[in-house]
Amino acid sequence: MGQDKPVVDGKALPLDDIIVEIRNMTFTRGSRKIFDDISLKIPRGKVTAIMGPSGTGKTTLLKLIGGQLRPDTGEILLDGQNIPKLNRKDLFIVRERMGMLFQSGALFTDMNVFDNIAFPIRVHTELPEVMIRDIVLMKLQAVGLRGAVSLMPSELSGGMARRVALARAISLDPDIVMYDEPFTGQDPIAMGVLVNLIKRLNQALGHTSIIVSHDIQETLSIADYIYVLSDGKIIAEGTPEMLKQQDSEQVRQFVDGLPDGPVPFHYPAPDLLDELMAGGVFK
Amino acid sequence: MILDNIQRLGHRTLSKCAAFGRSGQILFQSIVARPAPMMMLPLLIKQIYFIGVLSLVIIVVSGAFIGMVLGLQGYTILVDYGSEQAVGQMVALSLLRELAPVVTALLFAGRAGSALTAEIGLMKATEQLASLEMIGVDPYRRIIAPRLYAGFICMPLLSMIFAVVGIWGAAVVAVDWLGIYSGAYWANMQQAVDFREDVINGLIKAVVFGFIVTWIAVYQGYDCVPTSEGISQATTRTVVYASLAVLGFDFVLTALMFGDL
Amino acid sequence: MRIRTVEISVGIFMLLGFVALILLALNVSGLTLKPKAGGYTLYASFENIGGLTQRAKVSMSGVQIGEVRSIRLDPQMLMAEVEMSIFADVDFISADSSAMILTSGLLGQQYIGIVPGGDMDVLGDGDFIFNTQSALVLEDLVGKFLMNQVSE
Repeated sequence: MGQDKPVVDGKALPLDDIIVEIRNMTFTRGSRKIFDDISLKIPRGKVTAIMGPSGTGKTTLLKLIGGQLRPDTGEILLDGQNIPKLNRKDLFIVRERMGMLFQSGALFTDMNVFDNIAFPIRVHTELPEVMIRDIVLMKLQAVGLRGAVSLMPSELSGGMARRVALARAISLDPDIVMYDEPFTGQDPIAMGVLVNLIKRLNQALGHTSIIVSHDIQETLSIADYIYVLSDGKIIAEGTPEMLKQQDSEQVRQFVDGLPDGPVPFHYPAPDLLDELMAGGVFK
Repeated sequence: MILDNIQRLGHRTLSKCAAFGRSGQILFQSIVARPAPMMMLPLLIKQIYFIGVLSLVIIVVSGAFIGMVLGLQGYTILVDYGSEQAVGQMVALSLLRELAPVVTALLFAGRAGSALTAEIGLMKATEQLASLEMIGVDPYRRIIAPRLYAGFICMPLLSMIFAVVGIWGAAVVAVDWLGIYSGAYWANMQQAVDFREDVINGLIKAVVFGFIVTWIAVYQGYDCVPTSEGISQATTRTVVYASLAVLGFDFVLTALMFGDL
Repeated sequence: MRIRTVEISVGIFMLLGFVALILLALNVSGLTLKPKAGGYTLYASFENIGGLTQRAKVSMSGVQIGEVRSIRLDPQMLMAEVEMSIFADVDFISADSSAMILTSGLLGQQYIGIVPGGDMDVLGDGDFIFNTQSALVLEDLVGKFLMNQVSE
């Protein structure tokens, strides 16, 4: 791990054209170290997944890349621009190049589907309404929800809301699309639809996708490159094939979904027998 | 033990200071980073609708009842001294100077303030604020600023409507039911009420209260813990803090305006 | 369509607020936009004006015919000189009218009552009413009453 160009079967991995690079970044919240001196590179035009057990700060990483949080030390470079050092104005300009799909969809509840998707376009461009309408309908067509154009977010199912949010995230044709737990809480059909969509959109629009997830099978099936986070460190990285061949215990536990292992099943506690013998009642 | 307590006290003081700083930051960011007027107006109108128009019913109803009670109470006390004619002046002065701004602000905190906090808190919990930021729209400008301005605009208007309804409510009781000569009611009132001294000062109070209540509501919403429990706590805090702040500032303003402290 | 109803109701709300301000100004505080233009001024000196204030009403037979504009102390006569503004349409106050300070109710507001005389001449702008009667001061009355009791 950590070497610049991991090589499998003599084939170089897609790490030569980098769009986002994180260098020696540390981020603490309260007294807890969420990220401890991590470095990673995200290749342009590919699907990169960041995986790890819940509570490892995967979502935080997306917020760091989006500039919503600032790291304690280290750099986050987007095409050479150091995001934490940007002022508010430049940050908002940089964000025009990013689309983000939030875990909850985060659709604006006071607007209907059309206005939700048109919102970023109206904010950042001065296109005439006729053109905005065409763009919105095209984006909705891409996610298969053109028929839902006049519904309110409260009338959508969870899977539909996420697809609409996806259409909003790509409405400005961003260079980077970030997905925060896109598969969580979806039924198998919706999950399949989303997996398909992410893959297809990535190929059709040529943007860079960053997926944060702990759904192993779905993520492995679409990612080109994967980082596995645990305890604030990157414990493994590589293509899906490489990851499946990893023999580190931590990675195995995560990839195979074993209940017990280096990440223990039990929350730290005194010995069961001791505690039972001690008697008394809980205060 | 004592050291522990001192430490805890210090910690709480510091976090209160930090909270105050954050609330100031919200105010600064949203007032200084004023949205472009073109974009502002539709948002502002929408917020005035939610904050002002929807509070109108509660303001009018309570204004009418408070005015009627004042008329009745004032009459029963003043009639003992044979000066029931002065009921108009008593009602008008107490409404304009104190009751209209204060009661309106308290109702406003309960009706509009809590709604503001809950709305913004929910936007935070459903990541709508974060999503705005990622789209490249400043939530201070888009969400906070229109609500603050709407609060400043609505409070004085609501307070004046409250006063007018109250004075007319008292007139119904005093003139139509208790039979005070309506000329005396209005003439006494007009003689006692001074536009600058009473109406404008009451208006200034209303503006200040509107500012305080909206500021607290917006801050509590923006700063809440984004869970259902956090939002409900923040909503409660908005009503409690805003009410206390209104009453406290009312004393200060009254002392400045009418007293010789 | 929904946006229009929002806009209209906001418009009505703002209008209501301004109407309320105007009502408060004109009807409650008795502020007049133009202070009954065309009115004329009369003066009267009183030995004691009691609790008379500015903008107290001036009435004849209980009907308001003007208001007190200002009150000052005349340094020569050492009496209170009251400047009254009388409505223009009340141009029939005879020259020998008398002015007195009255109280509405026992503890009410004080105002000036004008009792017309029989002279054919009428008062014009800037004239004086010479025949005046001061305010009834409650303390004086009580004092006199007590003195009478003692002397009996």
